[in-house]
Amino acid sequence: MTELLVGTKKGLFVLEGAPGEDFRITARAFAGEPVDYALRDPRTGRALAGVTNPFYGPKIWFTDDLTGDWQQAEGVELPPGGSAALERIWVIAPAEKEGRLYAGGDPGVLFQSDDNGESWQLNQALWNHPTRPQWQPGGGGLCLHSIVPWPGDPDRLTVAISAAGIWHTEDGGRSWETGNQGLMAGYLPEAGNEQPLALCVHHVERAPLRPERLFLQFHGGVYRSDDAGRSWAEIGAPLPSDFGFPLAVDPADPDSAYVIPLVADLDRVTPEGRVRVYETRDAGESWTPRGEGLPDADAYLTVLRLALARSGQGSAMEMYFGSTTGQVFGSADAGGGWWTLANLLPPVHSVTAN
Amino acid sequence: MALLCVRGPLKTLAGGQGQHRLDGETIVAVIAGLEAEHPTVRGWILDERGSIRRHINVYVNGERGAELTPVGPEDRIDVLPAISGGEQ
Repeated sequence: MTELLVGTKKGLFVLEGAPGEDFRITARAFAGEPVDYALRDPRTGRALAGVTNPFYGPKIWFTDDLTGDWQQAEGVELPPGGSAALERIWVIAPAEKEGRLYAGGDPGVLFQSDDNGESWQLNQALWNHPTRPQWQPGGGGLCLHSIVPWPGDPDRLTVAISAAGIWHTEDGGRSWETGNQGLMAGYLPEAGNEQPLALCVHHVERAPLRPERLFLQFHGGVYRSDDAGRSWAEIGAPLPSDFGFPLAVDPADPDSAYVIPLVADLDRVTPEGRVRVYETRDAGESWTPRGEGLPDADAYLTVLRLALARSGQGSAMEMYFGSTTGQVFGSADAGGGWWTLANLLPPVHSVTAN
Repeated sequence: MALLCVRGPLKTLAGGQGQHRLDGETIVAVIAGLEAEHPTVRGWILDERGSIRRHINVYVNGERGAELTPVGPEDRIDVLPAISGGEQ
């Protein structure tokens, strides 16, 4: 039995089912509220959700019982009395240290919890970084959307901000430096590419068995880094488009990555009306479309950056993704074949799988 | 003391009471008083800047006010979610 936490524009939906079958909605929370991200921490079983109530602002909530009540976490705020307010929580991620989680949000902020998500502290070094005045928001705001720990080392962490590029810390978040060499922003004039920060990274994942390797979906292009995210090489030329949002890896294979191309930044739908997940197993040398069971015609879907999830690894890896038109698709064989497990949900913001 | 009226989730957060007698010479000061009595309200009406959240309206005696709108001891303040349909 697999459990999905699906964050939507109209609440959190918990879906349960067996691969290949319809999934059943077993719980709904935050009815009517935009749930930007939700996950179950595999270490504790606790569920956490980032919810942006249109009236009352962004909060993180947690529960140990998905059918029960949720509690509001403390400390999810910017320093009071300043000139900025927290706009949204984009992502929540377990860290490499017991009890620790990270949360990323808009405006380009990272929070840390050391009590399993009950209270949070703003990462001051990133908040006060001297380059912050140069950071520019992307279309979705100044969002910190990717949090990539280093397996086994709680002091090393990579985050990505749209549109302020890649940031690394090796001292547990006390200092940060960029890692953007090789990323080329086609949306800037040539002279603009001398700016090291205005980089619209869409999503980043690390290959756990080879942690110095990362894959990145950019605003234009798919990239790979083999030096822990210091420099990047474009690997997306064979794809039908250089634009897209989500990216996933098979943890068992450091040469693997999956993306879902969309036509372009001005036309954010699946190309040619066909839904395809593209897979590489040779670190980006070649890409194979995986579409068996996915809509093959008249399907103009948008899949957001946190709406592609996986569970397990290897040939039996389960994959799930949701669309802004309310479908959720699943695969039980690492993308070889797909089925539709939900068809009439609100616009899907995020999917996580357990 | 002004009368501050809240409803819905704000009432729940404010100890289950919809009406609160509070000191304060401006809207923000009165809301800050509510936050002091009920810290769980913090961040729900005012953001970190001390601004009233964009989709919340605050009325003083039926007239829409802003953060620094003066408040007298006989005034009634209503905190209401704005009508913000369309996008949602």
